[in-house]
Amino acid sequence: MSAAQLQQHVRAQRIGEVILAVEGVSLAFGGVQALRDVSFDVREHEVRAIIGPNGAGKSSMLNVLNGVYHPQKGTIRLRGREFHDMDPHEAAAMGIARTFQNIALFKGMTVLDNVVTGRNLKMRCSFLEQALWLGRAKREELEHRRAAEEVIDFLEIQHIRKTPVGRLPYGLQKRVELGRALAAEPTLLLLDEPMAGMNLEEKQDMCRFILDVNDHYGTTIVLIEHDMGVVMDISDRVIVLDYGSKIADGVPEAVRSDQAVIDAYLGVSH
Amino acid sequence: MSENLSGLDTFPKLLRHHARVRPQRPAIREKDLGIWQTWSWKQYADEALALACGLAAQGFKRGEHLALVGDNRPRIYAAVAAAQCLGGIPVPLYQDAVAAEMAFPIQNAEITHAVAEDQEQVDKLLEILPQCPTLKRIYFDDPRGMRHYAQSQLMSYEKLLEIGREAMQRDPAFLEAEIAQGRGEDTAAMFFTSGTTGVPKGVVLTHASLIDRARVVAEWEGITDRDVVLAFMPPAWIGQNIFSYAQPLVTGYCICCPESGATVLTDMREIGPSYYFAPPRVFEALLTQVAVRMADASALKRWLYQHFMEVARRVGARIMEGKPVSLGERFLYWLGDLLVYGPLRNVLGLSRVRIAYTGGEAIGPDLFVFYRSLGINLKQLYGSTETSVFVCVQPNGQVKSDTVGPAVQGVELRFTPERELLIRSPGLFKEYFKNPQATAEAKDAQGWFHTGDAGYVDADGHLRIIDRAKDVGKLADGTLFAPKYLENKLKFFPYIKEAVAFGHGRDKVCAFVNIDMDAVGNWAERNNLAYTGYTDLASRDEVYALLRECVEKVNADLAEEPEIANSQIHRFLALHKELDADDGELTRTRKVRRRFIAEKYSSLVDALYDGKDKVHVEAQVKYEDGRVGKISADLRIGDAKTFAPAAARKAA
Repeated sequence: MSAAQLQQHVRAQRIGEVILAVEGVSLAFGGVQALRDVSFDVREHEVRAIIGPNGAGKSSMLNVLNGVYHPQKGTIRLRGREFHDMDPHEAAAMGIARTFQNIALFKGMTVLDNVVTGRNLKMRCSFLEQALWLGRAKREELEHRRAAEEVIDFLEIQHIRKTPVGRLPYGLQKRVELGRALAAEPTLLLLDEPMAGMNLEEKQDMCRFILDVNDHYGTTIVLIEHDMGVVMDISDRVIVLDYGSKIADGVPEAVRSDQAVIDAYLGVSH
Repeated sequence: MSENLSGLDTFPKLLRHHARVRPQRPAIREKDLGIWQTWSWKQYADEALALACGLAAQGFKRGEHLALVGDNRPRIYAAVAAAQCLGGIPVPLYQDAVAAEMAFPIQNAEITHAVAEDQEQVDKLLEILPQCPTLKRIYFDDPRGMRHYAQSQLMSYEKLLEIGREAMQRDPAFLEAEIAQGRGEDTAAMFFTSGTTGVPKGVVLTHASLIDRARVVAEWEGITDRDVVLAFMPPAWIGQNIFSYAQPLVTGYCICCPESGATVLTDMREIGPSYYFAPPRVFEALLTQVAVRMADASALKRWLYQHFMEVARRVGARIMEGKPVSLGERFLYWLGDLLVYGPLRNVLGLSRVRIAYTGGEAIGPDLFVFYRSLGINLKQLYGSTETSVFVCVQPNGQVKSDTVGPAVQGVELRFTPERELLIRSPGLFKEYFKNPQATAEAKDAQGWFHTGDAGYVDADGHLRIIDRAKDVGKLADGTLFAPKYLENKLKFFPYIKEAVAFGHGRDKVCAFVNIDMDAVGNWAERNNLAYTGYTDLASRDEVYALLRECVEKVNADLAEEPEIANSQIHRFLALHKELDADDGELTRTRKVRRRFIAEKYSSLVDALYDGKDKVHVEAQVKYEDGRVGKISADLRIGDAKTFAPAAARKAA
């Protein structure tokens, strides 16, 4: 078995129980139906891709999982616990972290500071303790700095540690966003088009990091992606959305040859 | 040096000496997770000794070779010391070599154990494992990505250390006995010369040679245990071993390992080394960086820079050497130091440098003078892997831009009628490993080493190297053709990264040029020139005009020197891709492989001499993972103006 096959085999073995179950979710913005009765599940440790044409409702789905939008109908169960009208910070507290398609970093802050902000929810000290550098503020600061540095080391961005994010090229900014999401030590990571706007080399690097995250930290990953090569290569299972409805759900090979998917999205080669 | 080091004839004995005499002083620093972590001499020694016990427990025997593949890390150095404790021989390999290149050294030295830095190096070793049946064990330092590797040869460094610690507890006398068995004439390490020609050869160096050379120069230069060195060159290179292993073990100074290749400049600023070595290439790159950033600076800063660099050029070097300089000029220089040179040294991380060497290949005089005029005590030295580096070193106060200095204590120099340099020195290598024929060719019966470099000793007793003996040529009209000299003059310009000159046996000199992507890209942006990539940029009219200016400046300079006025560069072309070690065009230490390039691009050389304007090239390239591809491009050829030689002009 080649090294790549061995890795895939090992990954397949790690996939565990269902940790996220979405049932019958419908989301509408006034007259626009963004999601129609979508149901799927996500298993622990897997890499799940959501694909589909523009406007299919992929980002909306991610926003629902994150608590940014509240669906009119349907339930979401995280590890068996059902939650209604979840807020983003509740989602974060439950171990869900995400990145954004157009990057939502603090442009004036350095890379290191941005990554440390990802640890925000884990900071227990009060404002006063931190301002006056009392007792446990120092210990916490060291702990968070260490965690952030480990993420920086993991993503190989040491050389831009002190650079303000706004000055970085797009590909590196995306990596920093990933770093900030990782700093929160999530169990579920939502990636919204992590490869958008990248050239081949940057995409390969990003793929490697995503796989490394899944392998090293065991994080479950749900990603939206348009690059079919990437999707087929790194995902364990794929969901296809079209006009807000789910039209296919399964392993990449099955989805790739599904007629409905070909008609709606993939097309045929001429 | 105040310490008495007699009787300490091997590196392990020296290591133990420092652990006893200065246990708490810093020995090795490494920037990890953003913080500089320090190993004291005691910690360094403890780790090396424990590792040695571990290696012994794993079956590493006296006389066996230990391969090391990776960047500078404290653990790599501990492994070097550990192997030497057991009378074994560390063999550092280039970490950027592809797997196939690593097979020969491993087979040649019959390497049994290897220490790899991370997953990348482990993968390479595993790839060539079938061709290297002697390799029994691979120890990896960084565990990231290694979780699913199940090969029986693999073991983590941590585990090895643990095994060693247990073994040491059970039998502490074992290692003592091993270290005591070591002698100065034992082999200390083996380095494979990358070779500008032919197959690599394993250079065998003894403890005695390395310690002698390290000690002689350290004493002469006044290096103490308070000095600090940044370890950033590849460990496989002899210079890195001398400055970061041999000399620290002789004096007790501290070395610092940067976080990664990309952070070397910032790390250097943080550390502020006092003793520095870099090949001319690095100094060129620094100058290019300065030039690029100056071009983006405000008008005031640019004016200040130009104005004060003029002052520095006039008097800087002379002030540093204590020669007489007028009061007015001194004041200007002092002002310049405050406003320009000091901040510039700071940005480059060279503020605390007492002694900076460059060597390994000839440095362009202009570049050399630039750094000296900034107040950096840059000196040239000459040596090679076979001579444990130090053959000639320029003393403070006798620094000239076009020599490499007088012979170091203990070194004898002689020349053949063809001006090839022969050397005898206590630092000379013992032999080429398992290659008696090459050894006999290089070292004759009286012990003289044939360097392959052509040179002569000038009136001040300084050695002047002309070029590699094989490369020094003559034009068709008998004019001396020293390609390296011409190439260095071209490379002084920030826009030119590499150059290869041709002319032996020809009627005129022509050159290939590699543009520097950063500098020319920056220039292009400021001149509103859009481009899609290296190949596109290198083929532009405007860039050719830029290059023509550079070549013509060089020609003007050459016209002033009667001996080589006829070797001005008539025609040039900009290559479509950078010369690369992976394609065999450069050695791993980034030296140009002239013969190989002339063959590979013979169609281009012919086009230059045939007077063509354009030429099509199709070349094979090797990607970093070993795959082969093809790149093709249409290259333009530019003509440059030449100038009448100065003597002729004066007469006219």
